[in-house]
Amino acid sequence: MPKKRGADIVIDVLLEEGVDTVFGLPGGAIMEVYDALFDAPLKNILARHEQAASHMADGYARATGKVGVVLATSGPGATNLVTGIATAYMDSVPMVAITGQVPTHYIGTDAFQEADVVGITRPITKHNFLVTDIKDLALILRQAFYIARTGRPGPVLVDIPKDITQQVYDYKIPTEKDVEASLPGYKPHYEGNPSQIKKAAELIRKAKRPVLYVGGGAVLSGASEEIKELVELTRIPLTTTNMAKGIFDEEHPLALHMLGMHGTYYANMSVYYSDLLIAVGARFDDRVTGKIQEFAPEAKIIHIDIDPASISKNITVDVPIVGDVKLVLQKLIKELKKKPIEWVKAREQWIKQIEKWKEKHPLTYQKSDKIIKPQYVIEEIYRATKGEAIITAGVGQHQMWAAMFYKYKFPRQFLNSGGLGTMGYGFPAAVGAKLGKPDKKVIAIEGDGSFIMNVQDLITAVQYRIPVIIALINNSFLGMVRQWQQLFYDSRYSSVCLATQPDFVKLAESFGAVGLRATKPSEVSKVINEALKVNDRPVLIDFVVDREENVLPMVPAGKSYREMILSPKEKGEAETMYLVG
Amino acid sequence: MGEEIKVLKVREEKKTEVRKHIIIVRAQHNFGVLTRITSLFAGRGYNIESLSVGKTNEPNVARITIVVNGDERIIEQIIKQLRKLIETLRVRDITNQPHIERELALIKVHAGTDSERNEIMRLVDIFRARIVDVYTDTYTIEITGDTEKIGAFIDLIRPFGLKDIARTGIVAITRESATRKLSYKEQQTD
Repeated sequence: MPKKRGADIVIDVLLEEGVDTVFGLPGGAIMEVYDALFDAPLKNILARHEQAASHMADGYARATGKVGVVLATSGPGATNLVTGIATAYMDSVPMVAITGQVPTHYIGTDAFQEADVVGITRPITKHNFLVTDIKDLALILRQAFYIARTGRPGPVLVDIPKDITQQVYDYKIPTEKDVEASLPGYKPHYEGNPSQIKKAAELIRKAKRPVLYVGGGAVLSGASEEIKELVELTRIPLTTTNMAKGIFDEEHPLALHMLGMHGTYYANMSVYYSDLLIAVGARFDDRVTGKIQEFAPEAKIIHIDIDPASISKNITVDVPIVGDVKLVLQKLIKELKKKPIEWVKAREQWIKQIEKWKEKHPLTYQKSDKIIKPQYVIEEIYRATKGEAIITAGVGQHQMWAAMFYKYKFPRQFLNSGGLGTMGYGFPAAVGAKLGKPDKKVIAIEGDGSFIMNVQDLITAVQYRIPVIIALINNSFLGMVRQWQQLFYDSRYSSVCLATQPDFVKLAESFGAVGLRATKPSEVSKVINEALKVNDRPVLIDFVVDREENVLPMVPAGKSYREMILSPKEKGEAETMYLVG
Repeated sequence: MGEEIKVLKVREEKKTEVRKHIIIVRAQHNFGVLTRITSLFAGRGYNIESLSVGKTNEPNVARITIVVNGDERIIEQIIKQLRKLIETLRVRDITNQPHIERELALIKVHAGTDSERNEIMRLVDIFRARIVDVYTDTYTIEITGDTEKIGAFIDLIRPFGLKDIARTGIVAITRESATRKLSYKEQQTD
């Protein structure tokens, strides 16, 4: 092997790993790597803020299933990545962050742009490395990719001091075998325990009121075919978390849609009255369970998850199965087919009950022909894109409406920050998703509060002619906080009014993007169709919507599903519908 | 305005108690590995009672004995997280297994008069400790044993005037007879 600069070794490993796009922003400590990148056969996206770069890499990874790569310099460059890395960590997104560090002999001297990045990112990465010797560089980078994409995926950070990127070393690229051998303590468990799978099958056969509760792990494992087969074989109704939207066609009669805080009435009631809950790649997040003692209180629980630490973390489960969701489901289906499946007939009564719940309280809102309802915007986007677009969302009310009113039908279709709840995520993630899936329409549903947190990177999308659409649900409020203040703080609207805001159309135009606006319901579909025609630059649509619309239904934080707020009494005043006293 | 639906009995969760746990970790001896391990405890507001690190029979493998007081359920969760760390090779909670635990303490005590010296030497004898350094008015004592024994010894010599104490923290190892019997069950839970 020829002698190479550390920086060139970095590029070699990226190419070996099949990376085609990197996101980032250069600075002093990572200049050598950017020099090597200058003529490397890689698409190199220059973001305008490292946080946006990290969300782009994240959106790219979520849309494609490949590892997203982000580069940043030392100190502030790296600290700006922190939110993006934590976002990826909470949602198990495979990502490798490569940060420059001050030269080895300056570490610990409070050098210019020095920060202990390995220390800062330790609790928000699956693993991280500080390279102290060029001999280790190639292996560490290979380990980083291996760790990021295997087992329960997650972000891995590699901190490389500048002198190491400059040194020259005669190296060999480590093979996958070398990498595995170098990580004796890392052995993800993929195969489920057969006796546990047998037990699970027995419970499924006996259950009268079963519900499938599917989370992001099913998406990561690529298990949508298996999920479909299981539902059709067993006729078990299915609810998904925010992270698993699209794993199963939401127009299917057995789809209960989302559960939890902003789950549907019928999903939550089904879970509450279930006698068997099959959790698949889900982690019983507090936004899902509400009051844990009243979460599916009569149900036996089967929990399939690749991460043993997720099992019995928030709730004690009856049949834990540690393994890859796809493999476990394949075996479970095989196991179920071993015996005749006439027990499926006993499900019909349960399904009828669920249908009644669906009829009684469908997902709905009060329509208007005077003022634009945010839910209406999402429905119109759904119609205009025929349900085929990739949707990303920021965090807040618009995120929940995007989850509720767009009907998803393929996995990796709805990208949003479910775990960390990072405002400003939606738009940069859309940029990354579009680069990963150029043939798909990509629409970022953003809030006015959320979008402005990464507004600077609109210029990145313009520079690289990335035609994403930003559907701005503009209510001039930090809407979700306002909703909580209305419901739980006696309508004392503290620091939530964003009435002072830029003219978003002019803002888009000044960046070189297309700016559109709709202020009346009749204009909504027109601007969406206009935006869909643009294919050489981003489009921002400013939807001026009903300012005080609430996201409903809602289970207040820490409450039981029984205490669901279903519908507003009249404008601005929510009726708390305590189902039981 | 409400709507009557059947209220179900709430889910009962196992009650757990706070107690002492001895956790043994074998890990790759890389820099930063200790921080990764200890921060899992710190992040939950748990103070590690004692921690000792040493080399093992395998190269680049460290053995870490952690003593911590904590709620059963949370400790269980921490152990799962410890196992998840890339650099850990094996993690066990040996609290409920027959095991031997030892700690070493070096104690400086005031020993001025003859009678004080005699009394201290008698105690040293009874506890099978050793005097390892002597100065005009000071004895330095080395003692090994489990935490209770060392505690009892310190209480007894405290009245003479303690000057300094250095304790290693517990190291522990399971009894071989027990590990043989338990190995099958442990495989099931690991």
